[in-house]
Amino acid sequence: MIEVRELTKSYGPTLAVDQVSFDAKAGEVVGFIGPNGAGKTTTMRILTCYLTADAGTATVAGYDVQENAIDVRKNVGYLPESAPLYADMGVIEYLKFMAEVRDIPKSHRSERMSTVIDICGLEGVIQKDIGELSKGYRQRVGLAQSLIHDPPILILDEPTSGLDPTQTIEIRNLIIEMGKEKLVLFSTHILPEVAATCSRILMINQGKIVANGTLEELIEQVRSEERIHLTIRSTEEDISTELKALDGITGVSQAVIDNGVATYEITTSQDSYEATSTIFRAAQQNSWDLLELRQETIDLENIFLHYSTGEDSPTSISTEPSKDVSPTEEE
Amino acid sequence: MQNINAIFKKEFRSYFNSPIAYIFITFFLAISSWLFFRTFFISGQAEMRGFFGLMPWIFLFFIPSVTMKLWAEEKKIGTAEILMTLPLKDYEVVIGKFLASFGLLAVTALFSLALPISVIILGDPDGGTIVCGYLGLLLMGGAYLSIGLFASTITENQIIAFILGISACFVMLIIGEDIVLFSTPNWLFPIFSYLGLGVHYSSILRGVIDSRDIIYYLTLIGFFLYLSTLMIESRKWR
Repeated sequence: MIEVRELTKSYGPTLAVDQVSFDAKAGEVVGFIGPNGAGKTTTMRILTCYLTADAGTATVAGYDVQENAIDVRKNVGYLPESAPLYADMGVIEYLKFMAEVRDIPKSHRSERMSTVIDICGLEGVIQKDIGELSKGYRQRVGLAQSLIHDPPILILDEPTSGLDPTQTIEIRNLIIEMGKEKLVLFSTHILPEVAATCSRILMINQGKIVANGTLEELIEQVRSEERIHLTIRSTEEDISTELKALDGITGVSQAVIDNGVATYEITTSQDSYEATSTIFRAAQQNSWDLLELRQETIDLENIFLHYSTGEDSPTSISTEPSKDVSPTEEE
Repeated sequence: MQNINAIFKKEFRSYFNSPIAYIFITFFLAISSWLFFRTFFISGQAEMRGFFGLMPWIFLFFIPSVTMKLWAEEKKIGTAEILMTLPLKDYEVVIGKFLASFGLLAVTALFSLALPISVIILGDPDGGTIVCGYLGLLLMGGAYLSIGLFASTITENQIIAFILGISACFVMLIIGEDIVLFSTPNWLFPIFSYLGLGVHYSSILRGVIDSRDIIYYLTLIGFFLYLSTLMIESRKWR
């Protein structure tokens, strides 16, 4: 439903989006993740025809974003960052306006409006002006606005930013619910959020897609970098040498020493369970007081660091055809 | 048409949902009536020429205050991003917004009919010139509105939009005046004297409805609405 090929956009000398390519289809919740200023918003703005790309193509719901902007927009529900709404309009008045410009037939309008009010939990505030609403409710009105025409594609820019934990969970559940039939593309810089909601993750950094795949696929890629975290109390000042001498240990870095308590970060070339056992036996033999020995769990933070710092060349681990990541010609 | 209508309704309502419309109408009527009646009884003539003569100068400050928010505010609070990603053509939004501001002007003009009515009660003015006066007032107001609207597309700061609007309207108003024409080079003379907003207005005020004046105003409005559309579209590639 969304096909993006080598999309490039710069603001003056700043390259905001750099040859971004990806695909997404209905029934997927795609999390677009990256630090602030990575190019998430710009990509979304191009997909919603708010901006035009300098180079590359994007097809949304079968329509080209340059050629058929109006048709693209008809098929997309868009919630920009921080849900900009007209403060002086009433909630109902706003949704009516949206239903009208979205060209929903008069006979269906009230039905669609009550549906989105229901989905977004707006019953309690329909009499109010948007200006009176809390951040969470505003976000929901923004979401209701994007759903009013029942679009096959939803593009949400940081839909949970600034919300309290309960509201965040509600919005996430809504995204999951919507993702059953629609294509939901949403951006966030909160890493656990994508793990909780997305069927696929698109990581973007400095305008480039650095990773694209399911959470499991991404974890698989990073597994080789697994670390073991060790805290011991010993009489010896430094046991790095002893640790390095062990089987399969490739790197040891000492983090903190305080009153004989030392913390080490250990990397291994082996299976991490194996390495952990080795360290445990070494501790027994040398009678170090083992305070903590654990495998650092691979979470999105690690994955993100792995992809955004480690390598220069982006690793595509998606199921996309390889032409998507092939070098591009200048346009 | 339906899209333009939807934008028109939204913007027109927004004037009346906020205090803008009420403040605008009240102060416009208060100031113009006071300035009008100040000299009306002294001259002792039952005519409206004084009122219409004031309009180019009163509009100079009032009209840009109506248009300044139309785009600047949308851009500032980010609502433009939703608005411009709706399945609407850019020009439809521009026209809808222009018509809404024109609607407010028309409502104000309607309220100001109290003035000619009192003049009619007090004496026997020439009805024809009053009708022409109102036509001129709406056309000139429309031209000011389109200039103000364009100023609002340039910036996201409403104050800047207001001042730019006043300045642009001021320039358009005075370039046809004798003092300016006196010092313009000969080759610019016909252009300036044709472009001046005030010249066409005073010719309509004289009670002569010349199609050239009407075409002038409609062209000017169309031109600035076109410029506004270009400005709005320029967001895409800047």
